Amino acid sequence: MNFCPHTPEDIREMCSVCNVNEVDDLFKELPVEEIDFKKLGKGISEYEGYNLILNLARKNNLLSYHFLGAGFYDHIIPSVVDFVASRSEFYTAYTPYQPECSQGTLQSLFEYQTAICNLTDLEVTNASLYDGGTALAEAVLMSLRITKREKIIMDKSVNPIYRNIVKTYLKFLPYELIEVETEEIEPDFGKIKSLLDSNVACFVFQNPTFYGSVHDWTDLINFAHEKNILAVSSVYPISLGIVKTPGKMGVDIATGEGQSLGNPLSFGGPYFGFLVTKKVYIRNMPGRIVGETLDRNNKRAYVLTLQAREQHIKRHRATSNICSNEGLCALRALVYLCSLGKSGLKELALINFSKSEYMKKKLIEIGLVIKNNATTFNEFVVKFNRPAKEIFSTLLSKNIAFGIPLYLFGGSENDILINVTEKMSKYNIDNVCSILEAIL
Amino acid sequence: MSRYYSKDHEWLEIDNNVGIVGITDYAQHQLGDITYVELPEVGTEIKQFSIFCTIESVKAASDVYAPVSGKIIEVNSRLENEPEIINKSPEEEGWIVKVEISDTSELKNLMDKASYENYIKELD
Repeated sequence: MNFCPHTPEDIREMCSVCNVNEVDDLFKELPVEEIDFKKLGKGISEYEGYNLILNLARKNNLLSYHFLGAGFYDHIIPSVVDFVASRSEFYTAYTPYQPECSQGTLQSLFEYQTAICNLTDLEVTNASLYDGGTALAEAVLMSLRITKREKIIMDKSVNPIYRNIVKTYLKFLPYELIEVETEEIEPDFGKIKSLLDSNVACFVFQNPTFYGSVHDWTDLINFAHEKNILAVSSVYPISLGIVKTPGKMGVDIATGEGQSLGNPLSFGGPYFGFLVTKKVYIRNMPGRIVGETLDRNNKRAYVLTLQAREQHIKRHRATSNICSNEGLCALRALVYLCSLGKSGLKELALINFSKSEYMKKKLIEIGLVIKNNATTFNEFVVKFNRPAKEIFSTLLSKNIAFGIPLYLFGGSENDILINVTEKMSKYNIDNVCSILEAIL
Repeated sequence: MSRYYSKDHEWLEIDNNVGIVGITDYAQHQLGDITYVELPEVGTEIKQFSIFCTIESVKAASDVYAPVSGKIIEVNSRLENEPEIINKSPEEEGWIVKVEISDTSELKNLMDKASYENYIKELD
């Protein structure tokens, strides 16, 4: 093993590929001499700068409220989450590789792992991955390693962004990915079943689906297991307060986006992904895993364990490129789950479910159609008799973001995906429905 | 029965046409505490000096090379849960696979015990 990242020989080789003599040649095109730094003007005071930015911020149109979901959800975050996560011991901690000085970080990650296992009813998880989409792609790769087969069946009601990530991961690998068309917006169970042959490594689904429908996949999972096919799913963690868990359904590898667990929407991140599986597959799981052990004085201690598979020990044989995790976001999820508790999570899930059911009822009352055939969890598809774009624009002019028009994801022009969380009040729902009624 | 050794520190014991393969005591000392053995599948065809198995220790993950070509007919499944047997008894209980040898002429590429002992003396 050579510990130099690139030797002079490597650099020569790379330069020759780029057709340059030395690294500096690559930057020759930059017109550094031509940039007039004086044009940037004189500096301004802190107060002037503050006001400048504040005035720019005031130009933003603030939404009154919104119904956006599609994988990222606006939930209430208890203030204890910010309080704990912003403590400098956690906020500035660098790496948990040295267990002798990282016990607090390691303990929090260990407890996070415990919480995720409890939430999903599965046995082992890592200290988190980058996001829900990459976690799903890693789960697919895991299933290929475990089964040594080359075909993947993926339901098209999986989040289209996640499907794209999976496709990107597999693009240059010798595997076959088959995406199964939905029946309208619901999974086509019969079609998926007919594709499960002995070359298939896994079938991939999402519950609730991208369109919000909840299904029990147990029968299909049992059928797949008879052919040694693994079941890989993506789940919405808040829904697990009331929806049958992946563990109870027999899922082999469950993944999900952890944002809804105490992480703000904040323009797309940072978020974190979780990946949880059965103990028998732990050696094929990517990422880092924190374990609990005893030190030489028989005191409880935490260490990164099973790193042997990853870069430090396994180096070029490592099973994935994942060498880090989203520690702070995972910590927020832990504090969030602890602050809610088991009964709190169930109550929260029920509130989400009931509020969206109320909105569905109101929309039906004003003559709209809900496309989902199945029960939904806080998200559903509304069908209009004219382009969703128009409806969306009209409501946006009143500072309401009314869901996500599905034409943006290749869906029908007249459909909008609506999300209702516990944050939405009955007043807001009634208000938006009366505005809608007036414009229909 | 006779024993052969490779430069990559595997041993091979021949019993009729079947070769039992493991890593040498020298190799297990170099690796340190062994934590996992990624065993190959029974039925896999292997080629002399190609990788057929990976051993993970607390220090490194190392490839194990086939001392001889052939088909794997048995793996030591005890290693799945007790990989430390390789540390305790590398050349007896810690065997890794049994191979149906396809070409005995390859044995000439291996060393006998005395030559191997000289070989590792030179390495130290």
